Amino acid sequence: MKDHASLAEQFIKDEARTDWHDETLWFVRQKRDKAAYGLPEWEQLRTWASEIKDHTLSALDNYLVEFETNAIANGIKVHWAVDAAAHNKIVYDIMKAQGVKKLVKSKSMLTEECHLNEYLQQQGIEVVDTDLGERIVQFRKEPPSHIVLPAIHLKKQEVSDTFHEHLQTEKGNNDPQYLTHAARLHLREKFIESSVAITGVNFAVAETGGFVVCTNEGNADMGAHAAKVHIACMGFEKIIPKAAHLSVFLRLLARSATGQPITTYSSHFNKPRHGQELHVVIVDNGRSRQLGREDFRNSLKCIRCAACFNTCPVYRRSGGYSYHTAVAGPIGAILNPNLDVQAYSDLPFASTLCGSCTNVCPVKIDIHQQLWKWRQVVTEEAKVPISKKMGMRFMAWILDCNVNYKAAGKIGRWVMRNLPFLVKNKLNPWYKQREMPDAPKESFKEWYIKNKKA
Amino acid sequence: MSGRAAILNTIKNNKPAATALPFIDVSAAIQYIDLLQQYKTVLESIGGSWQELNNEIELEAAIQSITGTSTAVVNTMLSLPKDLAGVDAVALEPTAIAIMKGLVAVAENAAIWVTEEQMVNRLLPFICQQLVLVINEHDIVPTMHHAYKKINVAATGFGVFIAGPSKTADIEQSLVIGAHGPIGLKVIIVKNKYV
Ligand code: SF4
Repeated sequence: MKDHASLAEQFIKDEARTDWHDETLWFVRQKRDKAAYGLPEWEQLRTWASEIKDHTLSALDNYLVEFETNAIANGIKVHWAVDAAAHNKIVYDIMKAQGVKKLVKSKSMLTEECHLNEYLQQQGIEVVDTDLGERIVQFRKEPPSHIVLPAIHLKKQEVSDTFHEHLQTEKGNNDPQYLTHAARLHLREKFIESSVAITGVNFAVAETGGFVVCTNEGNADMGAHAAKVHIACMGFEKIIPKAAHLSVFLRLLARSATGQPITTYSSHFNKPRHGQELHVVIVDNGRSRQLGREDFRNSLKCIRCAACFNTCPVYRRSGGYSYHTAVAGPIGAILNPNLDVQAYSDLPFASTLCGSCTNVCPVKIDIHQQLWKWRQVVTEEAKVPISKKMGMRFMAWILDCNVNYKAAGKIGRWVMRNLPFLVKNKLNPWYKQREMPDAPKESFKEWYIKNKKA
Repeated sequence: MSGRAAILNTIKNNKPAATALPFIDVSAAIQYIDLLQQYKTVLESIGGSWQELNNEIELEAAIQSITGTSTAVVNTMLSLPKDLAGVDAVALEPTAIAIMKGLVAVAENAAIWVTEEQMVNRLLPFICQQLVLVINEHDIVPTMHHAYKKINVAATGFGVFIAGPSKTADIEQSLVIGAHGPIGLKVIIVKNKYV
């Protein structure tokens, strides 16, 4: 089986492309910083968001029932799915009742998590992804590589080739404006002819029984308002108590994701329009189990902004596919081991534990600490390579004890200076594609004590 | 056990101890000296344009001149085309320009709140090529916190904050205005109250 390390190794073989990928995402991270620094109350907003989510998780069953009651009163049909299979079947049954064979879908990471597209295609249903990035990767038979920017791994020449093949655009015309316009014309036809539309849900409001969907492209709205049937799919953690709380989350979401002050559209769906059917599918799929894991439950606060992806030095230099899962990045490395500890035992190790993810997270999830904790769980529960297991035990012992830690630093520096071949050799995985630094004579701590005295 | 009961039961057993909701103190939010100027600056930065008018008479003239540029204009502020609410996507697709009233405008992000009542047909503000939103200057508020205090999201079946024209940067992070929704958004700001 492929793991993160070997998939990342594939990715970084192309050094120029790795650099480009790294810089592109860093650019997005910088836009996020600019937007965040523009609001003096940024840290206050993060605290509010975190506290609202904490509170919601602590009364989640009540809020879900409140949402359901109000949604039903609004004329929405509410479904519950314990897992991905149940979710997919609910969607298919609605399609079957309609007797239709195609649908348009706007971005929903939940449907990616449930592999809805593959399932529906097996039932003979054509699924058209309408987010531009998702349409591009769908043409290429690839999954999205990033939850907000699905085609971030592709260059415009590749998009141009793909569109030339599928939309008959001019060969070699790489102009993003031209290519986007071609997709606009193509997808407008799809919106108009489709009688079923699926959207995701960014926030579901218990107090109103309505939900909010955020896009820049307008594809969720084009699909939902044109279709006779609108199906909105949500993980149950999307719930928030009150409409007024939307202000906190909408101020944080786009700023954290792309540095925009807000997405172009923040659409509030409360009732089906006259003559329309509106369904909401509430999905568990392992979330209630995660809720019971004290160390990991607050990963359910995630609003899928992807700020942790864009800032992560490992994600930036290994690409989304190296995580071999729908939700990649630091948050994916916490969520996926809950779904299948064996299959995703490698992901908590795909991190430097630098903590940058935790610092940017708008809902204050302690991402890097959870990664560290998952490493320990995984080492016990899953079959991880013995080399990693030894490393983990050793690190736990070293970090546990102050004396050991100081001694280890001293030994390490001595080895690097006097026996460099022990470190700079092919057997040391850290030496692969890296230069090892020359070790300083003293540690920072030693230097600090000496200089403080002076 | 039904899926619903199973999910709710597990949540009940696994949820953490109760914590309190925070008090959202709006006075902690950023303050702008000049709301109108802030609004216009942000709107421009997200690809929208604006026009300032003094009163209802000027507004009517401005709308006249917009309507004059195309035959495919739908203006929900004046006389409605027959059965606009029930018209389907095929019939609406050729709409070149749609004009409608916006209820609240937000200075921090240039978003405007529009509900089903103003759009009449939910698809209209998305399917048109150009969207014109008309707001009163005194309906500009500083932040989203203020906006949610002014609106009732559940008053109609559908409402949306619209900030600028539709856009995407999905191809190599190059910003392109005009994804699936309108390729242009113009905001007409009227100084004196106009309903
Ligand atoms: S974990 Fe935090 S930073 Fe990462 S996607 Fe979720 S909300 Fe955003």
